[in-house]
Amino acid sequence: MAVTTSYGASGDQSRSVVDGKPADIVNFSVEPDVTRLVKAGKVSPEWNSDVTKGIPFGSVVSLVVRKGNPKSIKDWDDLLQPGVEVVTPSPLSSGSAKWNLLAPYASKSDGGKDQQAGLDYVTKLVGEHVKTRPGSGREATDLFLQGTGDVLISYENEAINIERQGKEVEHVNPPQTFKIENPVAVVNSSAHLDKASALKNFLFTQQGQKIWAQAGFRPVDPAVAADFAKDFPAPQKLWTIGDLGGWGSVDPALFDKENGAITTIYKKATG
Amino acid sequence: MILSPVARFVTRYLALGYVLILVAVPVGLILWRTFAPGFGAFVASITTPAALSALQVSLLVVAIVVPLNVIFGVPTALLLARKRFRGKGALQAIVDLPFAVSPVVVGVALILLWGSSGVLGFADNLGFKIIFGLPGIVLASIFVTVPFVIREVEPVLHELGTDQEEAAATLGANWWQTFWKITLPSIRWGLTYGIVLTVARTLGEYGAVIMVSSNLPGKSQTLTLLVSDRYNRGSEYGAYAISTLLMMVAVLVLVAQTVLEARRGKAKS
Amino acid sequence: MTAAVDADTFRPESPRGSGRKALARGRWGATPALAGAASIWLSVIVLLPLAAIVWQSGKGGWPAFVKAATSTAALNAFRVTLTVAVAVTLINAVFGLLVAWVLTRDDFPGKRLIDAVIDLPFALPTIVASLVMLALYGPNSPVNLHLQHTRWGIGVALLFVTLPFVVRTVQPVLLELDREAEEAAASLGANNRVIFTRVILPSLLPALLTGAGLAFSRAIGEFGSVVLIGGAVPGETEVASQWIRTLIENDDRTGAAAISIVLLVVSFLVLFVLRAVGTRAARREEREA
Repeated sequence: MAVTTSYGASGDQSRSVVDGKPADIVNFSVEPDVTRLVKAGKVSPEWNSDVTKGIPFGSVVSLVVRKGNPKSIKDWDDLLQPGVEVVTPSPLSSGSAKWNLLAPYASKSDGGKDQQAGLDYVTKLVGEHVKTRPGSGREATDLFLQGTGDVLISYENEAINIERQGKEVEHVNPPQTFKIENPVAVVNSSAHLDKASALKNFLFTQQGQKIWAQAGFRPVDPAVAADFAKDFPAPQKLWTIGDLGGWGSVDPALFDKENGAITTIYKKATG
Repeated sequence: MILSPVARFVTRYLALGYVLILVAVPVGLILWRTFAPGFGAFVASITTPAALSALQVSLLVVAIVVPLNVIFGVPTALLLARKRFRGKGALQAIVDLPFAVSPVVVGVALILLWGSSGVLGFADNLGFKIIFGLPGIVLASIFVTVPFVIREVEPVLHELGTDQEEAAATLGANWWQTFWKITLPSIRWGLTYGIVLTVARTLGEYGAVIMVSSNLPGKSQTLTLLVSDRYNRGSEYGAYAISTLLMMVAVLVLVAQTVLEARRGKAKS
Repeated sequence: MTAAVDADTFRPESPRGSGRKALARGRWGATPALAGAASIWLSVIVLLPLAAIVWQSGKGGWPAFVKAATSTAALNAFRVTLTVAVAVTLINAVFGLLVAWVLTRDDFPGKRLIDAVIDLPFALPTIVASLVMLALYGPNSPVNLHLQHTRWGIGVALLFVTLPFVVRTVQPVLLELDREAEEAAASLGANNRVIFTRVILPSLLPALLTGAGLAFSRAIGEFGSVVLIGGAVPGETEVASQWIRTLIENDDRTGAAAISIVLLVVSFLVLFVLRAVGTRAARREEREA
């Protein structure tokens, strides 16, 4: 069985599948990108109703800096130091961008309790320290590796990946960060339903989970996670989307294309 | 105008220097980076399954675009070279239009026309995928290559005049015989030149294709999309290798162009 | 590429007797049918997609169009695109003329090779051009020139892709120039500078302007060759075509259509104006000759 892959910004890819882009199985950055497909009738509403919740792996939001950490970036406040340029993708097209901005939002707003404090941080960050608008997590990484910016907000697994490629970077997990959960779903119009489902199920097996862990992703299987504990240090406080009320309420409130609190801040700052 | 030896020296080496630094040096660098690890590495990189599929997709697109451009382009050229009619100027302008359109705009135009929420979006709902399918790439490629065959054949037809065809007509040939035996051979070098340009442009199209393609290896990933895909995944050498392959194609195109120019020159005299 | 220039020259209908015309019409009486078929073909392939852009851009009415075309990002993109394109066009107009001159009036070993190399940027896929530029001027530059994410980087890439335009439009005209006028001027005592500016340059002006127009038009719409080295830094290196692509990725189709229309209008205007100026200059030349 051959698997062909198409990579792109999560939001962009999701909209494309709705528009007819052929796909058998999808793996997006954020749950709303799957929900869009459920609404369009391409994914069964039961996709996340089993115990795994459709999430075979995840990561945490991490800060990638130049080797040696010349600007001593350790925590979210360090990003607001004068002269620090931050690279993070645009939440209008990228799913990973949403996790990236939710992490400081959650930590500054104490899990959503003080919304204004969270939004104030994001306003300062995006308005004064983000100068570029890469369309996807990968484009953001590329931009950073080519020399732009002092800090890249990214997934821990992306950071591990580029470090393993030998690039001159290192990563720092801030004490308070966000748990990234990446959903996988089978597209019900797929011509290879049984094979796609088999692949999806494999992702949850011990073997599959080990492969995820070896690639730098945090596995969800507790036994495998224990084996790889040294690769994945536990942060002081790990916020989750559940703490903020779930994607169902967070996505429209913060990331709606027209009125989302964070998207409006972003659009105002970047035109 | 006779230039002093100094002036001649300066102009010559200024011009050469410009061309060398702008064109030759960067191109040479890519060739160096591609072949430094050895010819074997190059061959391995351009014969991976993804590379071979990309080659297949690109060639398939060319195989569709060229005949269409010839079948519709030659009659259009005949029309523009030989006939007078109302709106001829407009038709001329439309033929030249693609030169003024950015590739990204071509992609946007096709998405807005054939995409699922576009003007002709019903085609998509009927299951006939244009955007994200091969037809989208074909339509984008035809858009940008429309001018080539027409613009290369038209002046040839114009210069040749209708003497021979009229002679054939008086001898009793029907229009198909006249076309096949007289017209077509007389335009063959111009037509070939136009086809060569079409092939080069189709193989090299990127901006429009990246907008309308689903970029799935084996189905809708062309050679140019493979270059950017490999670069984005961090396999720089792979990107260089395919680029060198495409450069070789470009060089072949240039050689063909030079040969055809010479033949055209001979045919004219 | 020379054909694109020929298209504009005046085409007289060949003088034939009416008898032959009738005969020809009998054979080629397919004019209306041919015209119809050609029109349909060109409409479907070229006009319809462009019409779709116009249709989409009008969807939100005039206010939405203006909002999209004057947003901060759009204005920044236009500013970057236009400044770099103008600079590149001017540079390649001068150097293009120089190169065309050397190729037609000078002779040296390897001239044929250089002549062929000129067309390379035209035959090369744009993404390959981008990679080529990135290799020499990017983070791994062997000459320590790091132009990625700067306007210089975009500039160099655009110089690369627009080089052939001016050279190839000027070359044939330069080849066919009547040397007698130059020799006459020289025998009357004119120095080289005067001969060049008063005799040669005016005859080259139409071709030069056409080539410059084509180069400019290409430069403002260019995407593939700047995408890798530019980095799309808003206000610095993000060109209009990249902003259009971002708008599509953000699902703002009306915005993308609006910016596309602006780009098209600018492109057409420049080509139109330059051709008009060129034709006027050509006619003046003919009158004075």
